[in-house]
Amino acid sequence: MLLRQLTALILELQNLLMGRINFTAGSDRPNGSIPALAAKPIGKLGTAGLSGMRQLLSADLLAPVGVGFLVLAFWEIAVRMSGVQPYLLPGPLLVLQTLISEWGTLFPSLVITFQITLAAFVVAVISGLLVSVLFTQSKWIERSFFPYAVILQTTPVVAIAPLIIIWVRQVVPGDNSTFVALVICAWIVALFPIIANTTLGLNSADHNLINLFQLYKASRWQTLLHLRLPSAMPYFLGGLRISGGLALIGAVVAEFVAGTGGTKSGIAYQILISSYNLQIPRMFAALLMTTGLGVLIFVLLTLLSDFLLGKWHESAVRREN
Amino acid sequence: MTHPAITLSDITKVYSNGTVALQHLNLAIEEGQFISLVGPSGCGKSTVLRMIAGLGKMSSGQIEWSSGHSQRQLAFVFQEAALMPWATVQDNVRLPLKLAGVSYSASRTAVAEALELVDLTGFEKCYPRELSGGMKMRVSIARALVTKPEVLLMDEPFGALDEMTRSRLNSDLLALWSQKQWTVIFVTHNIYEAVYLSNRVIVMAARPGRVVADVPIAAPYPRTEEFRLSPLYGEYCRQISSALSQAASGQDVAIANPDRRAAEYV
Ligand SMILES: Nc1ncnc2c1ncn2[C@@H]1O[C@H](COP(=O)(O)OP(=O)(O)O)[C@@H](O)[C@H]1O
Ligand SMILES: [Mg+2]
Repeated sequence: MLLRQLTALILELQNLLMGRINFTAGSDRPNGSIPALAAKPIGKLGTAGLSGMRQLLSADLLAPVGVGFLVLAFWEIAVRMSGVQPYLLPGPLLVLQTLISEWGTLFPSLVITFQITLAAFVVAVISGLLVSVLFTQSKWIERSFFPYAVILQTTPVVAIAPLIIIWVRQVVPGDNSTFVALVICAWIVALFPIIANTTLGLNSADHNLINLFQLYKASRWQTLLHLRLPSAMPYFLGGLRISGGLALIGAVVAEFVAGTGGTKSGIAYQILISSYNLQIPRMFAALLMTTGLGVLIFVLLTLLSDFLLGKWHESAVRREN
Repeated sequence: MTHPAITLSDITKVYSNGTVALQHLNLAIEEGQFISLVGPSGCGKSTVLRMIAGLGKMSSGQIEWSSGHSQRQLAFVFQEAALMPWATVQDNVRLPLKLAGVSYSASRTAVAEALELVDLTGFEKCYPRELSGGMKMRVSIARALVTKPEVLLMDEPFGALDEMTRSRLNSDLLALWSQKQWTVIFVTHNIYEAVYLSNRVIVMAARPGRVVADVPIAAPYPRTEEFRLSPLYGEYCRQISSALSQAASGQDVAIANPDRRAAEYV
């Protein structure tokens, strides 16, 4: 079981590294895009451990990892040979050392950023879903409100973050004020992909099935529950994956704007402080952690998506041909 | 037993974009009849079925159901199997009952029977993507049968299947029909299929959609492979195909009064 999960995780990472990111469910991951792995459905990897291992060692995984190592090695050697000062460009080994030595101060900050991201993401998912359902209840509502969702999306969050921070401070006093403000900023960024994708999904139910539901006198609620929501699932999950990453970006950007604000400070604050103090290795370490968190969020959401769509959707099933 | 189950009188359907899909269409469908609509694509065959099923409003005209019949006892099979990909075969088949508020346990027997009718027992737990095109169509038919309908509307149900699957499903459908005596309205653009299955073939023409010929197929059931090879079968096919090409070239086909023809046939 553990092996299977691990394998799936690595597969996803591999997809990620190769830039196979699904932005919408409409553009399904091409079938058999990983030739060496497509030969076996993923579900069988757990039982066929040996062939699973062999697949892991295949060129598809080795190539990107090898390239990564080469680049890192080149970087390390170049830094040492040229004698560039660490406050300009630290080598990867130094970054790793710093990451370990500064873990005690950096990790709590990452946790705070993660809390903001998670809160914003959850709120975005719930509100996005509700708004989309509302949109599909009447064309009129969608026409009237969709443009405002677009406006919300296209307004740069950096530009409105100061305003939001000031406003929230009026409403929510104390330490929580910054947290709430940052959650709102990240929510604004994370909301749109969910609305856009889910609305598209809710509207893309098979028209024959819509007719069938009509024929059997299904109520609006039944049609929503048994037809529109399941049809929207792949789209919604696609939106989720984009939105998860955006929530993190929104949180980090808003943290930059907020600066030190409050006692609890996120990872962006650590990046800022490190750069002020010319602790560039520490800055790299914080950056690395942020990126790692982003990748982790994406991978988790992808696994969730594959799990939920498991048996029925093209994007989640690896065909044998 | 010649009283019409469904009578379409003077149906005109103009879509909102101005397309005249049907004009002054009259059709009396007898109870227990297997009736095929053939015609070029775009001549309004699907529209006829939609109007009968009550999907969308007619521009004018009316549809009467004889006493003891209603839209409630009707089922529709589309060209695509139109299955819910997220649901198993049995959940797909159960759908009409679920929408009618029948509980899971109460619908179990009906679902099993419907699957049995289309020879899919044992595939209950499969997902649609695991099935072949022909099997998906069977599921779709089982879903239509699960409510024990009396009128079956089928819109080119086998159009997307290969010839062998189509011919097997044709025989199976006929066997079921002779058992259950539904009234079937079957849309196809395949003349051979229409002649093989039906006891009445309606030929339609496009722009505007209308009936141009009404051909009773007086061959007895059960129909076997021999019927397909008989001169009678060839004669019917030839007759319908010439009606189609005449209609396409703009000449009006001499049409017998549908009611008289129907009486003659019975
Ligand atoms: N929803 C619709 N809106 C506008 N025009 C339609 C619609 N459905 C069908 N039509 C038009 O009506 C005509 C008849 O269509 P249809 O009944 O689908 O024909 P058939 O099933 O014989 O191919 C065609 O010209 C088609 O383009
Ligand atoms: Mg059609």
